[in-house]
Amino acid sequence: MIANYGYRDGSGEYYVTIDTALCVECVGRWCVEACPERLFEIEMDDYDDEVVAIAPTARKLLKERCAGCKPTGGHVGLPCISACRPGAISHSW
Amino acid sequence: MTKETQEFWRWSEKNWRAPGLDWRDASVVAAGIDVGSVSSQAVILVDGELFAYHSTRTGSNSPDSAKRTLAGAMEGTGMTLDDVNHIVGTGYGRVNVPFANRAITEIACHARGANFMIGPTVRTILDMGGQDCKVIRCDEKGKVQNFIMNDKCAAGTGRGMEVIADTLGVSVEDIGRRSFEIDEEPAPVSNVCTVFAKSEATALLKVGWSINRVLAAYCAAMAERVAGLIDRLGMEPDFFITGGIAKNAGVVVRIERLVGRRAVPLPEDTNFDPQIAGALGAALFADALYRKEQRVAAAR
Repeated sequence: MIANYGYRDGSGEYYVTIDTALCVECVGRWCVEACPERLFEIEMDDYDDEVVAIAPTARKLLKERCAGCKPTGGHVGLPCISACRPGAISHSW
Repeated sequence: MTKETQEFWRWSEKNWRAPGLDWRDASVVAAGIDVGSVSSQAVILVDGELFAYHSTRTGSNSPDSAKRTLAGAMEGTGMTLDDVNHIVGTGYGRVNVPFANRAITEIACHARGANFMIGPTVRTILDMGGQDCKVIRCDEKGKVQNFIMNDKCAAGTGRGMEVIADTLGVSVEDIGRRSFEIDEEPAPVSNVCTVFAKSEATALLKVGWSINRVLAAYCAAMAERVAGLIDRLGMEPDFFITGGIAKNAGVVVRIERLVGRRAVPLPEDTNFDPQIAGALGAALFADALYRKEQRVAAAR
């Protein structure tokens, strides 16, 4: 399943996309530890697969919570995307 | 009721029961309860067949709303909570359904409900809820493949439409029809924010717009907002709209114009209601989960 967490507001679109089919096979779940804001969490989805999701409390705050990892925060690559070996994570902005 | 005290936002609550179907003959009775931000629905299935449903307004207390809507669906059937084998809660209040065996997201439930209502050809579902909007892509079995939602603000949602109904003094159920009683389609209003919609609507009336023209502009703005979500996820036919706004032709037709495709209508020979899709999906999950439990128990 392709899960798009986030929102669109007057300033733009802020979605973190997770391909949860790739999470099912992932043994490390490295994204959970890599995110300095602890936005990723492991959950059981509606079809009883253990996948990674964005924490519900963060879904409406992605623009602010992810800001520190964007290029202006001094990062070259996003820690979550770099850590995700299956390549399941992408950002819309 | 005077014009000043009339509740223009109030939509019709609904109660339906299958004629000639007796739950006492069934081997599995399953229920789905969708506690949404604005409305709550309960659906009861007997042996996988639609038996009864009830739709009501969500109150300030989610467990009470869940109890009230399930009681509404059971009313006059002689059925009690003890007669239901399995219950699944869904919607934003799903974790607050006190008697549910499991909570499942409304994303999965709307996809499954739409698949049951229309059939395996449905691939894209637009759920226009009370305070959010979702686009869901699913497979031929109604399993979610891809989804996107916008629940950061209530703009372009059912609650927004209720506010416009009250502001303009037009029954929420007449908005769709009246939005077409215009000479020329106006540009969408610039702001669908539920808070600012009131001031924008009154400002347009002041400069001479008719009420119907304002309604058309507001419906067009709502359609534009959700069409953006559909664009982002991509559209695969068949396309079906669920949620209360699915009953508002003023928004539905304008969405169809923007996406260039007609939404699949409900078959005329059914008693489905697009507003019960989430609860129906939850009831289908409940039915399947109970049967799975029974199989596992029998195999032990």
